[in-house]
Amino acid sequence: MQPLRSHHQNDAIPALPLYRSAPPLEVRLEDFELYAIDRLRVLKAMSDGLSRGKNPEEMEKLVKGLLRANMRHPQASEDVNKDIISHFVLRLVYCRTEDLRKWFLSMETALFRYRFLLLTSNDHRRAVMAEFNLPYKAVSNAEYEGVKDKLGQVARSIGQPPPTANDIFYKVPFEEVPELVANRKVYIHKGYAYVAMNQVVSLVVTQFRSHLSKALILTNRKWTSTIREQEKDRLTPIVEALSTSYLGPDYSQPRESAEISIKDLDQIAKSSFPLCMRHLFEKLREDHHLKHGGRMQLGLFLKGVGLKLDDALAFWRAEFSQKVGAERFEKEYAYGIRHNYGKEGKRTDYTPFSCQKIISSTPGVGDNHGCPFRHFSEENLRAALSRMGVGTRAMEDVMDKVRNRHYQIACTLTFEAVHSSTCDAGINHPNQYFIDSQKILQSKNQSPGGS
Amino acid sequence: MTREECENGPADMLIDGNKARAPREKQGNSVPDKFNSNYLKFYYGKLFPFSDIFKWMSYGNDGKHPGCDQTYFGRREFSFTLDNDIYLRFQSFTSAAELESSIQEKCPFKIDIGPVYSVDPAKRHAYAQSGDNVFTPVERELIFDIDMSDYDDVRYCCSGADVCLECWPLMTVAIKVIDTALRDDFGFNHILWVYSGRRGVHCWVCDRKARRLSNEQRASIADYFRVYKGNENSDKKVSLTSPALHPFLARSYTEVLEGIFEEKLLLSQNILATEERYEKILDMIPDESVTAELRGKWQEKRQSSISNDINVVRWEQLKQLLQSGKHKGKGLRRYVEEIVFSFTYPRLDMEVSKHMNHLLKAPFCVHPKTASRRTQPGRRER
Repeated sequence: MQPLRSHHQNDAIPALPLYRSAPPLEVRLEDFELYAIDRLRVLKAMSDGLSRGKNPEEMEKLVKGLLRANMRHPQASEDVNKDIISHFVLRLVYCRTEDLRKWFLSMETALFRYRFLLLTSNDHRRAVMAEFNLPYKAVSNAEYEGVKDKLGQVARSIGQPPPTANDIFYKVPFEEVPELVANRKVYIHKGYAYVAMNQVVSLVVTQFRSHLSKALILTNRKWTSTIREQEKDRLTPIVEALSTSYLGPDYSQPRESAEISIKDLDQIAKSSFPLCMRHLFEKLREDHHLKHGGRMQLGLFLKGVGLKLDDALAFWRAEFSQKVGAERFEKEYAYGIRHNYGKEGKRTDYTPFSCQKIISSTPGVGDNHGCPFRHFSEENLRAALSRMGVGTRAMEDVMDKVRNRHYQIACTLTFEAVHSSTCDAGINHPNQYFIDSQKILQSKNQSPGGS
Repeated sequence: MTREECENGPADMLIDGNKARAPREKQGNSVPDKFNSNYLKFYYGKLFPFSDIFKWMSYGNDGKHPGCDQTYFGRREFSFTLDNDIYLRFQSFTSAAELESSIQEKCPFKIDIGPVYSVDPAKRHAYAQSGDNVFTPVERELIFDIDMSDYDDVRYCCSGADVCLECWPLMTVAIKVIDTALRDDFGFNHILWVYSGRRGVHCWVCDRKARRLSNEQRASIADYFRVYKGNENSDKKVSLTSPALHPFLARSYTEVLEGIFEEKLLLSQNILATEERYEKILDMIPDESVTAELRGKWQEKRQSSISNDINVVRWEQLKQLLQSGKHKGKGLRRYVEEIVFSFTYPRLDMEVSKHMNHLLKAPFCVHPKTASRRTQPGRRER
């Protein structure tokens, strides 16, 4: 099966493969993972966009941008291969449970829908329909004359402009377009529905979804029966890590300009820390102690913010020695801090935790880490947000998101309320919150007259 | 018979030539004192058409030629409700004789027909719930259930299980609208309408294509037919907001609904005769200036015309006001249609149609609560 190729060299919209069968291509192991990560970035950003209530037009635009940013290959001719390979890798990743399959199916179908809508030429669209074996005849002029009144009636009944003689209609067995039939959006006669070109999307998407749904079940079977075991030293660890991976910058290397000294900490904690880190910081100042989970979460965050190792040691020592004494600090806690900076043990330079990781952690008694949006009681959360400066109206929006378990969106709304500015990308990482916050504050300081 | 004919069953089943008609009496007169199993035994012994049911449900597979699937009838589920409310599901039979002897032996008070499964229902436990070897429905007639008690809010003559000559036209209307759509729009041909034995009708669409529809496709047909929404908490049950009606609704209105409303129901139900009743209609018109003017006209005691029925007079006034353009509200004409639809448009039980495994009462059952009536097929008059 030849995937469609766009005729224009510089066309920003990639061709539209249907992923009917796994391609007989060779992939480097490195690319196996990287391609998948790029595609996953697209899918997750789409998911984000949808849950933020973007309308179809906005989503089309978003998808166009995402594809351009993530799915291109240095060699333009390789774009299509990257597209296909990344899809099939993600099939392996997302076939393994019912929830994963549901999410993947939903996002890939949406992606397909928007890409189909982005196809500019009718020829391209008809070629896709042909690939799906939809042998629907376009309604002839003669037949059109006979039914155009009815077609006009239907158009008016669904708020569409009436069809003209140039509009193409397809005659399709009614059972192939259940959505259109159910909503009386088509004229039906003797078992055939008359589908407008713009309704063809529904046709095509239904088939795509149905094919992919079946394919995922088959992939799961193959995975559990053979692949997982066969590939346990090669692909399996990659596949298993991908479904839970965070996909943004990892903030392990703070940028040159971002150096923080201890004396700045209190100030920036108040102005630019996300709630989770603010809470840990305040608790540390209060109790002069944090348990392990808190030390990891806050410690790595501070590293990402730009706190150097020596300053970090001084900072933690200053706090902890008030509780446990300087000697015990050196004996029991200093090692851990150096370990976080990659100076001990196997010298892994640990990366600061992403929101995903923080949200999924489970703080116990005496712990203060985790995501406050998830773990705080409503009362405590309201109090904490109010101290951050979140106003009453924003507060309600935030609490609504919390109730629906959209913790990152709640944090994003908090950011927006506190900084009086929008955050289109959404918060995915505490260090991202910090950087964006600092950016806004610095630009406010630089512009004449402030704000 | 050609294979085509085989699979669709004998055309136009006319088991008996009776038209779908309202039962002649209401409940509770000249029937045996007690419905008891003796009568049932007799009925099953002498009258129940076993071989016709077998022939129907075989869809030609009871023949001898090599294309016939011998297992077909045996994969159909029947269910029996016995005397003491014992419910037996997943009954299956391989021949008319087996069907007959089981029914005569068990004397069920009610027989339901379910789908044709992938394997004999009696053997279902040997099969998985998912994967390749499943126990799952593979064929089932497309069915509709219209129950008179769903119309209680728009009929004043009866309620619940009661049915009379005044409100039976609602059933006739429903049958006409749905039947026409099934034939003209969906292209089905083998359609059986059956009085359900108590207070409504069932429709069995037996075309091969219909039997093989998925749940999603059945749901889409049911939704195509759905207009009635809302419950006793909403003022309006029907909302037709667009500037034009879909051709199916427009045809139903001009060919069936408008006529029956104006010529029969308006009068027989006295829809506008009293204040209580006309207020209900006025509630469906959100335009204050219109309702105020109508109310003003109708609250006068004297009747301007003695020869015309008050319902007719008032209806004319209502239509006049909404269609004349005298009042400036948007879409006022639509309310006339909404009122007519509310009172006449078919009200289907969605759940019955949507699932392949839904069990529906078999035609020719005798209903214990209405011993004088039999679930019987009717020939739809065109």
